[in-house]
Amino acid sequence: MQADRWLPKLILSPTLAASLFFVYGFILITIALSFTESRLLPNWEWAGFERYAELFDNERWWTSAQNLAIFGVLFIAVSMALGLLLAIFLDQKIRGEGFLRAIYLYPMALSFIVTGTAWKWILNPGLGLEKLVQSWGFTSFTFDWLVDPDKAIYTVVIAGVWQSAGFAMALFLAGLRGVDSEIIKAAQVDGASMPTIYRRIIVPTLRPVFFSVTLILAHIAIKSFDLVMALTGGGPGTATDVPAIFMYQFSFSRGQLGVGAASAVMMLMTVIAIMVPLMYAETKSANAR
Amino acid sequence: MSKLSRACIYAVLILAALYTLAPLWVMVATSLKSLDEIREGSLIAAPLAPSLSSWGKAWSSACSGVRCEGLQPFFWNSLIMTIPAVLISTFVGALNGYVLTQWRFRGSEVLFTALLVGCFIPFQVVLLPMARTLGAIGLSDSVIGLIFVHVVYGLAFTTLFFRNYYVSIPADLMKAARVDGAGFFTIFWRILMPISGPIFVVCIIWQFTQIWNDFLFGVAFAGSDSQPITVALNNLVRTSTGVKEYNVDMAAAIIAALPTLFVYIVAGKYFVRGLTAGAVKG
Repeated sequence: MQADRWLPKLILSPTLAASLFFVYGFILITIALSFTESRLLPNWEWAGFERYAELFDNERWWTSAQNLAIFGVLFIAVSMALGLLLAIFLDQKIRGEGFLRAIYLYPMALSFIVTGTAWKWILNPGLGLEKLVQSWGFTSFTFDWLVDPDKAIYTVVIAGVWQSAGFAMALFLAGLRGVDSEIIKAAQVDGASMPTIYRRIIVPTLRPVFFSVTLILAHIAIKSFDLVMALTGGGPGTATDVPAIFMYQFSFSRGQLGVGAASAVMMLMTVIAIMVPLMYAETKSANAR
Repeated sequence: MSKLSRACIYAVLILAALYTLAPLWVMVATSLKSLDEIREGSLIAAPLAPSLSSWGKAWSSACSGVRCEGLQPFFWNSLIMTIPAVLISTFVGALNGYVLTQWRFRGSEVLFTALLVGCFIPFQVVLLPMARTLGAIGLSDSVIGLIFVHVVYGLAFTTLFFRNYYVSIPADLMKAARVDGAGFFTIFWRILMPISGPIFVVCIIWQFTQIWNDFLFGVAFAGSDSQPITVALNNLVRTSTGVKEYNVDMAAAIIAALPTLFVYIVAGKYFVRGLTAGAVKG
């Protein structure tokens, strides 16, 4: 039929146009904006790298970047470790596996705002966890990380891990279920113990799962905005600022569009710097198999 | 495996489950307590005299910013934002996936890859131009503007879901249908739709959770009348007029979480499938 020649392309075209304009076009506009004199309003006067110089001179930006590094590394490492552990344990023909799995995963259905609000209450020094442990007789117990500028970023890790560890678990478990049971049986016949089988045989075959878990958790970490907003609001002071908050504040509250755009570009660069090598490595190892 | 090590495994798994459930328990318990009981009692104790009054306040009279109507208006905002955005993005994604698998043309794979970039970008990089664009077309501070934004940035994911689902449909089926004279839409309605149930559920749940839980677009593009519930919840918790009412905060947080929790409980299987499908998006 004649219509079938152009109809598919017509159907696809609005999405492509939207992607071209709202994704690629907007990225270009943001990049352009970061090279201009824009303050409160866009001002297309060329400014070279001035906005970037301003950004890199800004103490707050470096606090944000450092926080993201701390949060990102701990969040990914702890979520993965817990997720893998739970997945391996769940893979031991556990009674009630489905039920446990459902429990571990429910936090993923929540908004980070809800998670942040809940943990803010639990971790508040006056009436929360601190008081609970004290009431058990440990009267000298203190847990005031939420209001301690040096420790507050770790509360974000606690809440983030609580939400995402189950997700890592689900991905690892799916990976474990794909491992050929013949290999395991053969290793058992050879007298290998279960921990050895896991360490030497099963976990190495999960390489692609490690890639995708890292990829997604890194992505969540870099975009982390709502969790920090709800849990600490970037505080105390600016102690838990992350780049996403920095970008939002400078762009929307402080009228520094140029600097905000420059920080957004830096975030994009970070995502690219993490995603591209990971994806490259994964395709390479996939091809090698 | 020895009995002892099995017992240890069960112990770890159960402890982890308790740890995961604890915050939910604390939220529910706190929301049912009076402020006095919160001050004097224990964080994890069950409420002595459970009362729904905090829930009532959170729903209809607590202050979020300057408005003191509870979360109710914002709950409806979220609902009228989420439903159309989910349906439109899912439906367009289904058609896209159909084209990208059954009607491939030269360059369609490249276009698909280009489209996928939309799944990976940090949305901060589009916030500023989008704010200007919404202003220019008169959609800033409106629910319609938010629907638009969620559809635009949801399409990459929905297309991905359907493409990956339809890609396994044998080409012979399509060829046979075309030989019989079936056209583009006939094939879609008659052949693909009847087998697409699961992927529609997965995609709708994924989109619903994403859009309902979104905060960034809401806080950047909504006006005070069009705020989604996540933004209102955050404001409510931050609005302090005198005494901090933790019970109302917790009730509000649960209200904001109920729709997605409900979906998770009734269709958890599909939720997990969406998560893992989104995970292999590379």
